[in-house]
Amino acid sequence: MQGEADRVIDARGSYCPGPLMELIKAIKEEDVGTVLAVLSSDASSAKDIPEWVKKAGHELVGVFEEDGYWRIVIRKSR
Amino acid sequence: MKNIVVIGGGVGGTLTANYLASKLKPELRERKIKITLISATDKQLYEPGLLYLIFNKMEESEIIREIKYLLDPDINLVVDTATRVDTSNQVVETEKGSYPYDYLVIATGSKVAPEEIPGLKEGGHWFYNLEGARKLRDALAKFKGGKIVVGVMGVPHKCPVAPIEVSFMLHDFFKHLQMRDQVEILYTYPINKVFLMDSVAELVADLFDQKGIEYKTFFNPIEVDAKNKKIMTLEGEEEQYDLLIAIPPHKGSDLVINSGLADKGGWVPTDRFTLKVEGYDNVYAVGDATNLPVSKAGSVAHFEAEVIAENIAAEIKGLPPTARYYGKTMCFIETGFDEATYIWFDYETPPKPVMPSRFIHWTKIAYNRLYWLTARGIL
Ligand SMILES: Cc1cc2nc3c(=O)[nH]c(=O)nc-3n(C[C@H](O)[C@H](O)[C@H](O)COP(=O)(O)OP(=O)(O)OC[C@H]3O[C@@H](n4cnc5c(N)ncnc54)[C@H](O)[C@@H]3O)c2cc1C
Repeated sequence: MQGEADRVIDARGSYCPGPLMELIKAIKEEDVGTVLAVLSSDASSAKDIPEWVKKAGHELVGVFEEDGYWRIVIRKSR
Repeated sequence: MKNIVVIGGGVGGTLTANYLASKLKPELRERKIKITLISATDKQLYEPGLLYLIFNKMEESEIIREIKYLLDPDINLVVDTATRVDTSNQVVETEKGSYPYDYLVIATGSKVAPEEIPGLKEGGHWFYNLEGARKLRDALAKFKGGKIVVGVMGVPHKCPVAPIEVSFMLHDFFKHLQMRDQVEILYTYPINKVFLMDSVAELVADLFDQKGIEYKTFFNPIEVDAKNKKIMTLEGEEEQYDLLIAIPPHKGSDLVINSGLADKGGWVPTDRFTLKVEGYDNVYAVGDATNLPVSKAGSVAHFEAEVIAENIAAEIKGLPPTARYYGKTMCFIETGFDEATYIWFDYETPPKPVMPSRFIHWTKIAYNRLYWLTARGIL
């Protein structure tokens, strides 16, 4: 699969800003270099999460549209 | 005899118990059922009043009542802390006793956890509990000018609109003191807009601009440097303040966490329509305690209490339980000391705020007094 991750945050079924806030919680806990994937069924996550990742200075590995949900993969960079 | 046990003497618990008592009056009198409400404290705090208390616009005596005077006299009030829910034996254990149940309602609410942000306890204020509100009232009265940061430090938190309201009220407070030009107000929010819901975010950003209230979004504090009065964020920013009004992270009650009834965040997984705790047929959750994607608001607890009471009463009377919660939420939004708007929404209907008016503000001020009738199950 494209964009393998060390940790997967399954936020499907939760609404904006649920998935972003789940990612924020997880990123606080992980070390620099960790790759995290957020699964979200909320379309706005595919836009909001990359926007936050950019602002917070992390690396966006990719946004992948799966079957009925998005998988947004990022690398903690600082 | 069937035992209905309600844990928590806040909005959700009191209302559920009172509605049950009124629907099941004959059964109570004939001792076919018993309703027990277990509350850790003998008093109830009307939390929305804290927003007024910090500006000296409401007194403590107006926002606190003894629970025994709020409850139907046929309800058995137990002032004690529940320590564990044993779902296999259907018993609630408390510090001093144990209470078997046939139906259980979890109404243990949420509380602020300032300790989750290092330095916040030492360097910040909050108005989300009585103790914090008292301190903030003093700090505001003594404030000599400078920068106030209203910072939301985690979601979910109680009353999603309160941080917005406090910002607007700060604007008027200092305007009335002829100090507004000496006070900078900065509002910060974790996501990329000033509120969760688009329609509200647009209206509020517009009003913030008009009133000269600044705002920063994608702002997630991770630490407060109390000595140097600085907030550090996950986004790598630093923000200076003279007075920090934080909305601290929230968590659920220790009871549900220790009883294995909560998710990672401390919230009880609850069916969004029936309000039954997932995996149980006779255990319900109401109000702030649930994991539902609805506001942690007194109005939600109120509307949910109606559904739970109706369904438990129906089952006891041998009728099918057909009431469903549909996400109904109602929130006033004070936009200053003399105007307010409100939003009304449910699972399918997004909110549409109306233009702020004096009339809506007066309605809110009246409700601040009428709430005690709501708690009694009358209004
Ligand atoms: C500043 C502020 C402003 C607000 N403004 C509004 C508003 O304008 N409109 C609105 O709708 N909502 C508002 N709210 C939110 C509202 O107050 C809460 O959503 C509401 O109180 C939730 O009710 P509850 O019954 O779920 O929980 P709570 O009212 O928190 O009650 C929970 C109760 O359970 C008790 N308890 C907990 N654990 C145990 C245990 N182990 N054993 C026994 N008892 C226990 C607690 O002592 C507490 O009394 C505001 C909140 C704040 C802080």
